[in-house]
Amino acid sequence: MATDDKNVPEPQGAEAERSGRAATFIPPVDIYETEHEAVLVVDLPGCDEGAVDVRLEEGVLTIAGRVEPDDFPGHQLTYSEYRVGDFERSFTVSDLVNTAEVQAAVKDGVLRLALPKVEAAKPRKIEVKVT
Amino acid sequence: MLWPRRMREFWSWQPGEDMRRLQRDMNRMFSGLWPTTARRGFPAVNVWAGRDDAIVTAELPGIDPAALDISVVGDTLTIAGERKPDAPEGNVAFQRNEREATTFVRKLQLPFRVEPDTVEATYARGILRINLPRLEADKPKQIAVKASH
Repeated sequence: MATDDKNVPEPQGAEAERSGRAATFIPPVDIYETEHEAVLVVDLPGCDEGAVDVRLEEGVLTIAGRVEPDDFPGHQLTYSEYRVGDFERSFTVSDLVNTAEVQAAVKDGVLRLALPKVEAAKPRKIEVKVT
Repeated sequence: MLWPRRMREFWSWQPGEDMRRLQRDMNRMFSGLWPTTARRGFPAVNVWAGRDDAIVTAELPGIDPAALDISVVGDTLTIAGERKPDAPEGNVAFQRNEREATTFVRKLQLPFRVEPDTVEATYARGILRINLPRLEADKPKQIAVKASH
């Protein structure tokens, strides 16, 4: 179950009781295109490289991030503005992307995916000849 | 308290009213359970309280921790910084732009005064964590009870 409202706190344990697992959230994403590639930037706070799973299957790109819940022994969560849980989100990828060359990197809780365009999708500069 | 409301509803019962009332009561219950004094801002924070210290965590993926400005005065913690937009300069077409890019200043009042010299902040995996030890003079003191004979 994916939910968007990470910033709506719920009593601890209520979500886990329902699903047997912590909540799953939809991470915010920036997608932009340059001449040569499409770039996805995804916020996955709490994830390092090993906790992020990127899968491309039949034109669907799925990003999943596992986040360990906070636990500070001897401390109690007394004020909460955000919830902690896993991330998941899927995107449809057009066949103009060269799927063999996709590059992924995670730094400071941000996943950056570069999807290079196939040659046919790149804009071509048409030269105008003066006759 | 209960009786007049029931009476009123007996006379003006409408389909769906029970569900609406349930929802209203639930909302009230949750708003009471969770503090709403601090307006939610960016970044969202969680506060963990211990006996001798508090831990504040904030989700700030993709920032430069060196550019953060964290300060403590008395019982007030201030976190200020900037989250810059990510795209390169030039010919870029955005399809989605959901990630927050903003300058921010957040002030949080803690349940006790803080020993400012021993505050520690770490940044890992996009999460800022600040350890705030309680001021020695503010700690609860054990008072021994002497028996007099």
